[in-house]
Amino acid sequence: MRRSGPFRLAGAAVHRAVVLLFAAFAVFPFYWMVVTAFKQNSDLYVGAMNTAHNPFIFNQAPTLDHVKYLFTETPYPTWLFNTLSVGLIVVAVTLALAVPAGYSLARLSGRWGERLGIGVFLTYLVPSTLLFIPFSRLISILGLQNTTWALVLVYPTFTVPFCTWLLMGFFKSLPAEIEESAMVDGCSRLGATVRVILPLSVPGLLTAVIFSLTLVFQEFVYSLTFISSVEKMTVSVGVPVALIRGDVYYWGSLMAACLVTSVPLAVVYNLFLDRFIGGITGGAVKG
Amino acid sequence: MNMKRDRFLGAVLLLPALAFIALLVGAPFLMALVLAVTTSSAGSLDVTFVGLQNFRDVFGSPVFRTALRNTLVFTLASQAAVILLGNVLAVALKKAFRGRSFVRFLILMPWAAPIALSTLGWLWIFDSTFSAINWILKVSGYFGPGEWYYWLGDTALGMIAVVTVHVWRMLPFTTVIILAGLTSIPEEVHEAADIDGAGFFSKLFHVTIPMMLPILFVAVLFGTVFTFTDMSVVYLLTRGGPYNSTHVLASLAFQEGVLGGDVGRGAAIALFLLPLLVVMAVLMLRRSRRAEVL
Repeated sequence: MRRSGPFRLAGAAVHRAVVLLFAAFAVFPFYWMVVTAFKQNSDLYVGAMNTAHNPFIFNQAPTLDHVKYLFTETPYPTWLFNTLSVGLIVVAVTLALAVPAGYSLARLSGRWGERLGIGVFLTYLVPSTLLFIPFSRLISILGLQNTTWALVLVYPTFTVPFCTWLLMGFFKSLPAEIEESAMVDGCSRLGATVRVILPLSVPGLLTAVIFSLTLVFQEFVYSLTFISSVEKMTVSVGVPVALIRGDVYYWGSLMAACLVTSVPLAVVYNLFLDRFIGGITGGAVKG
Repeated sequence: MNMKRDRFLGAVLLLPALAFIALLVGAPFLMALVLAVTTSSAGSLDVTFVGLQNFRDVFGSPVFRTALRNTLVFTLASQAAVILLGNVLAVALKKAFRGRSFVRFLILMPWAAPIALSTLGWLWIFDSTFSAINWILKVSGYFGPGEWYYWLGDTALGMIAVVTVHVWRMLPFTTVIILAGLTSIPEEVHEAADIDGAGFFSKLFHVTIPMMLPILFVAVLFGTVFTFTDMSVVYLLTRGGPYNSTHVLASLAFQEGVLGGDVGRGAAIALFLLPLLVVMAVLMLRRSRRAEVL
């Protein structure tokens, strides 16, 4: 639709206002984290009753004290280490299970494969809040309560279905002729897959790795249920549970922890977003 | 021969993943059903069969009925808001403008950040003494003298807070899915409708909405499941309080089954999540079968 000058200008202004409003809503909690994490305590704990004190800006010089405190005086570095080590093992388990399964569903199992693929994906939707009670039973039977091994055992229950589905879509996007020509050249099916398909699949595999890692960083319910010792916690549980002591909230270092964890995750996630959307929407969008 | 070998290899490659899922999703799921009809406490491993006693107890409790109602209200309210706002935002983001990819990154942040940590950010925003929202309401003159909001200490305000965080968190997810749907409608379809003389509303109801339905379905399906089963937001924001008035099924199951140690009761509460999940699964399977026919 072509509209004349003033209407176009008004339209553009409305468009800009809508975009800005939504962006402000999305970013505000993170902005609030930044302000809190770098404020001096005397600037931070003034109280909202005092209308003369604007809480949205730095009224005094910013400080790195809270960030320093977080990294030197709290178990935050340990939690980061725990999360990363659990994440890496979970990634290894996930790839070992999901790569063969995804390939099989994409190429080898025909009509049945399609149904089975959807079935596998549906297990990704089985929520942790339905399973955490039987799991805590299972884990105490196995003697894994209060160990990070419990998380290593349980986390693949959502990373494997998700990554199998993601990789199935990825393998389907590679033309079947690639292996077939390698097989004509004398490779076995398995040999063709390992030598020809896997090198082409690096972007797909990388996506699976990134999403498994972010899912591990985001997970809260299982970790809250299984881990009780502070030094064994993951970031997403340690920060809300153990950084608050008694009734005393160390908001500066608390918000610093939220910020330092969330922003890198958001950046990495953003880079792989389009593949994620492709995985979720599946056949609903024809690309 | 080759076909047969392929099929065998296919089964071998698939088996480990299927076995893992059967063992670690299937078995706990069955265990949840068993635990719900037994009494057992977290400490001991003896179980006694009690039939539907847990369900009867649970249903008789007013706290449970409040939690059930809250779960439905939270899910419906936040999904309605998210679908409405998500469409507006997706249309706004579809248009090319300077800095669009940066805006997309900013808008995506709530979805990418770990929910437990971003909810802490909101906890601080809703803090009774230092709330940024209260400061604005005070400065703008909305509050009369002595008037004040205790966001998380009040049932109605607490529910508004919980819904706000859910909307904030799910909006990016829904928006990018709707955006993917919008960009998949070829420009020619709109042009053809324009040539046929279709107006804005006629285009909306005869072209855009029908073509968007499959993708909206996906967005609603995931959004509903994620919101309906979530306990992090309520657990971290209000702990179900004041007086258990803002609990949802998941947070109540955690409080009774894990913190309270009444495993059977907790399992019974969590099982109330199941009917909706089954409906969602069936819808998803039916949709995929239709897609196969087409």
